[in-house]
Formats: sequence, C-alpha cells, structure tokens
Amino acid sequence: MSMHDYRINNKNGLEFGIYTLGDHLMNPETGKKISAKQRLKEIIELAKLSDEAGLDFFSVGESHQEGFVTQAHTTVLSAISQVTKQIKLGSSATIISTSDPVRVYEDFATIDLISNNRVEIIAGRASRIGLFELLGYDVSDYEGLFEEKFALLNQINNEAYVTFEGQYRPKLHHAHVLPRSENPLPIWRAVGGTSASAIKAARHGVPMHLAMLGGPVSTFKSVIQTYRETLHQSGFDPTHYPVGTAGFFHVAKTTTQAQKEMYSYINEGMKRTNGQGFSKQAFAHGKDKHNVMNIGSVEEVIEKLLYQHDVFKHQRYIGQMDFGGVPFNQLMRNIDIIGEKILPKIRQYTRPKEEN
Amino acid sequence: MHVVILSGSTVGSKTKTAMSVIEAKLRNQYDHLIVDMIDLKDYQLVFSDGRHYLDYDGDTVYVTEKIMQADLIFIGTPIFQASIPGTLKNIFDLLPTHAFKEKVVGLVVTAGSQKHYLVVEQQLKPILSYMKAIVSSQYVFIEERDFHFQTIVNDDVQFRLQALVEDTLLLKDSYNEMRQKLEAKYDF
Repeated sequence: MSMHDYRINNKNGLEFGIYTLGDHLMNPETGKKISAKQRLKEIIELAKLSDEAGLDFFSVGESHQEGFVTQAHTTVLSAISQVTKQIKLGSSATIISTSDPVRVYEDFATIDLISNNRVEIIAGRASRIGLFELLGYDVSDYEGLFEEKFALLNQINNEAYVTFEGQYRPKLHHAHVLPRSENPLPIWRAVGGTSASAIKAARHGVPMHLAMLGGPVSTFKSVIQTYRETLHQSGFDPTHYPVGTAGFFHVAKTTTQAQKEMYSYINEGMKRTNGQGFSKQAFAHGKDKHNVMNIGSVEEVIEKLLYQHDVFKHQRYIGQMDFGGVPFNQLMRNIDIIGEKILPKIRQYTRPKEEN
Repeated sequence: MHVVILSGSTVGSKTKTAMSVIEAKLRNQYDHLIVDMIDLKDYQLVFSDGRHYLDYDGDTVYVTEKIMQADLIFIGTPIFQASIPGTLKNIFDLLPTHAFKEKVVGLVVTAGSQKHYLVVEQQLKPILSYMKAIVSSQYVFIEERDFHFQTIVNDDVQFRLQALVEDTLLLKDSYNEMRQKLEAKYDF
C-alpha cells in the first residue's frame, strides 16, 4: 500500500476534517438535552455542511455506553454518504473487537460503493468495555479479539477470497466476501496516545490515527517518530503510511472567548462520560502554541495547526468540536470559519512548495 | 465537601477503630461535611482487571465512585508483611492513574511494631504522589499497645488524630482558596 492507496495526495497539503464520537449529552449551559432524533439529524447536517465548506474528511464514532447515539455508526455514515458529494467519510472509531470483520467489511464496502469510493475505517479497541457484555464477548479477550479481528479485516480488504482460522471466529474457507469496494479501503489503526499502541500499528504496517486531547506537541511528536522508526525496522517504508491526528477544536474572535465557549462542555462532558472532568489548569495551558489543543482565535489556531504540521509532518488533522452538548449554531459557525479562513491558509502553507 | 474515610483492611479491628475516631471527630466538629465511612470489610470487591472504574458493577463501582467523588480522603491502613495490605493496593489498582488529582489525603497507620514506621513513607506516599494526591505531611502511627478492646487508650494518639483532622481540613481549605485564585485569572 502507498499514500495513493490510502487515498492521500501529499500535493494537497494537510487534510482537515471533523470527527464526532456521537455523544448525546445535556448542554451544561442550558441544562437541556436534545432528542436522539435531533442529535442524529444534526450530525448528518454537520457532515453536509462540512462537505459544502470543502473539508476533506468527516467521521463518526461507535460507542455503546450511556450518553451516546451513534452505536449503529455505519448506518449514520450511510445516511451521510447520501447528502454529501466530495468529502471523505470514516469511522472514529469502529470497535472491531466486538464485531465480525466480515460484516464490518460488507458494511463499509457497501458505503464505499454508494459514496463513490469515499469511505475509510479507523479501527480501535474501545476505551470502555460495556460493549463486550452487551454484544456477547468476554472482556478478558480484550487484546486477542482486537488483534485477530483487525488482522482478518485487513485480510478481507486485500483478498476477495478469504481462508482464515482463528480463536474468536468460525473458520472461513475460500469465502467470497462481497460486495467488493473498487479499491481496497483505507484501514487505519486508532491509537490512544501511547507509544505501545503506535508500535503495534507500525509492526503491522497500517496507518495510524492518533488521539491527542491535550498536552505538549513534543510528546506526540515522539509517538509519531516511534511509529515511523518502527515501520522502518519492520520493513515498511514510512513515506507510504499516512499519520492522522485528532483533538479538540474550536475558534472564536479571541482565544479567551474560544476557551469560554468550550470549557464547560468539555469539562461536564468528560465528567458524564468518564467520571473525571478536564482540569481548568490543563485547559488554560492548552492555548500555548506548543500544546496540541486547537482552541483559540482563528489566527492562533491556524498558527498552531501549521506548527503541528511542521513538527508532525502528518497527512491529516481532524477536530472534535461537538463534544458535551455544544449547540448546533456554534458548530455551524465553526464550519463557516474553517471553510472561509482556515482551509485556504492551511492548504497554502502545507502544500509542497513547487505547488504553491 | 465530600469526605471519604477508608478503612483499608479486611483483617482485624485496629484500623477500623482508629478510623471510627476520625469519623466521630468529623461528624461532631464540622457541619459542612458529607462523610462516608467505607470499611473494606463490609464490601465484596473484585480484583482490578484494568477496565475503567465505571465499568465495574456492585460493590466495586460503589466504592470506587465514592472515592472518585470525594474532595478529602482519610486512608487508614494496617501494615502486613512490611507492606500495605493487598485490599488497599487493589483500591489503587482499580482507580485511574490521576484519581487523586486535587484531592487531599490524610493517613492513619496501625502496626504491631515500631519497625514498620517507614512503610508508609516508602510505600504508600509514593503511590499517592503518583496518583496526584496532596498528602497531609504528618501521618498518625498507632501501635498495638495503644488499643484496648477496640478503643484507643493512649491520649497522645487521640490528640494526634485530632491534629490530623484539623491539618488535613486546613490543607484542603487552603488549597481550594489558592486554586480558586489561580483559576480566577483564566477568565473562562
């Protein structure tokens, strides 16, 4: 596989996308929670607006715990594929451990065909484990399930007829998995921020999508460096494998205003989904240029994105701006600003020089 | 302010006796505290298997949630085999890495011998520091001879427990005040 196979064109510069975990939480500013129906429609609408504004990527997460609404994320992506034209679509992330890779491939290959080859899979292990019981798996197989099923998913993606024998799924003998996408699907490994997980992605020769909620750029640089070094050591050419990063995003007139418009959502949202809020001090440090959190004035966020690209040399950044019950008008405003002010600058400065 | 008093052993009665004294002092002397006594003897906890603490059920999620919601924690531990008991270590293993961030912790130790005095210094405090606790610097070390039929018979221990309660609350109040001052500067 090469960058081209992963549908990445370096000549276009850094790709910019939006991701949602599909959380469905109370707006802490109003104390109100919209219906599941409205939240789903707003996610689909957000994808449509992202497409119209020229963003490169939009992805939807799979989470089966309380406070989420996109458990059936492939169904949501399928709906999104029908209201968008250009934007690439994906999952953030698909929990491959608790699904049958055959069904996952069938779903994504189908969406890829109906969306004209626009869909990708980012596969993860799940940070919470309620879904193991819900879907009938044993959590003590947490690592084994992921590694075996992720490998099988990649095999199905590359071979139309699959013969497989493993521990967690019945055998496949020369099974024809259909429909086939016209080209292999880009399949990334979701990495939660640790080098250990990045090393696993590299050893298997798969691209890495790295979550970074906050912290120094230099810390994540070291994870990315480790990933590329391990690719090399494992016999893969690092220049063939894209790196994506994911983290909080919001812009406003000033950085203080942007922080004000985001803190309560992130803090309360994390309390509700994870039991611990987001430290105010850590959030305040987030505005520093050397911190990965892209929350600030338009100018400062552009500067941060360019700095991160300079350090990471990554191929894609995706921002999370809807976590914790953020009202839809705030999301629409962001999309407008991304399209009008951020994308032109990012593309101008991250495209290879001769292409400017 | 939420206070959890954790008696960290399922063996014997000395730690529970000492923690009951702390509990009585908190309940009788302070009106603004919501106090929960957790004696691990009363709960059936599973061993940590690495999952997020909210993904456990029954007593395990009850105890871990109470601890996570607390602002102030008094931990009582016996010393067995020159170490904290496994039941208490399991509590730490069940919690997230930075579980004690912004929490103040006061420590009470019961032991059969003076030889165990530094176990807390060398074993318990490093764990609590790693988990980001603000630990009240003095701990109360109580020996076998200070107890008689589940009461503390050494007046000096009573005074030291009283001082621990006062110092730990003072530390929490001062920390809250300083943090509020810092956060007021952020303007968000």
